[in-house]
Amino acid sequence: MSDHAADLKKHVRAYILVFVTLMFLTLVTVAVSTQHLEVHQAIIVALIIATVKGSLVACYFMHLISEKKLILWVMFLTVVFFLVLLAVPAFTVHDRIGR
Amino acid sequence: MSDIPIPYTVAPRPDTGLNNGKIGIWLFLASEVMLFGALFATYILLRTGATVWPHGREFLNIPLATTNTIVLITSSVTMVMAWYSLKMDRFTQFRIYLGLTILCAFGFMFIKYLEYSHKFELGLYPKTNTFLAIYFTMTALHGLHVVGGACVNAYLWGPGAKLWKTDKEQFTNRVENSGLFWHFVDLVWIFLFPVLYLL
Repeated sequence: MSDHAADLKKHVRAYILVFVTLMFLTLVTVAVSTQHLEVHQAIIVALIIATVKGSLVACYFMHLISEKKLILWVMFLTVVFFLVLLAVPAFTVHDRIGR
Repeated sequence: MSDIPIPYTVAPRPDTGLNNGKIGIWLFLASEVMLFGALFATYILLRTGATVWPHGREFLNIPLATTNTIVLITSSVTMVMAWYSLKMDRFTQFRIYLGLTILCAFGFMFIKYLEYSHKFELGLYPKTNTFLAIYFTMTALHGLHVVGGACVNAYLWGPGAKLWKTDKEQFTNRVENSGLFWHFVDLVWIFLFPVLYLL
């Protein structure tokens, strides 16, 4: 129990602020989906909001913001490989073999 | 049974500055990111390859899913508050917050049950079309994670809480690691919700 009580109380304020922000962004996500945006615009907006929400959860609820470098590196590499995995299907759009 | 204690269960390792549990749970979460990443990649592949693709709202219930998002975000904040309560040496408060987290997990699964049963009543199954196959696969896998996390949390709320009397720090670490998994489950849903329901 190395953390001081005062520091922990600051954490609670951050948790509540993040919670309110996540709720607000959830409503924004739903509201945006009711607007008749182009598909690519809707995807970009929805994924930006989801990324902001996910970052808030990871940084504050999972304490990634104050975590040791080793874990930050593990997660950084994971995100890089995750993005590569998502990018692979994009290459198939330009794949003309068999057409 | 040997009485030799396992090193670094609570104390940080000298080489990493982290205890074994913390490293273990983050590596596990990294593998989970790749598991869901494979499914998201498959979704992109199938969607970009399809000539027509249904809008999520044609099949899915957005108000129910929005409620589930709110339930899961609430459970995330109660989970972190449960850990904070232990840090502040308030065990009763910990039980209340962790109990609320478990209740939220039940709430989430109940809403999911309502969604699934309504689909089945309408004759909509994974075999109906590709979109529903993806929807059922991804949400069911996520649901399994919710159930798994709820089971661990229920153990820590109940019999597992005995450890608090003998080793407060180790118990707090266990709750922290369980919390990390729970927040990950919340994080996955944050992406599943717009991808399946809104786009």
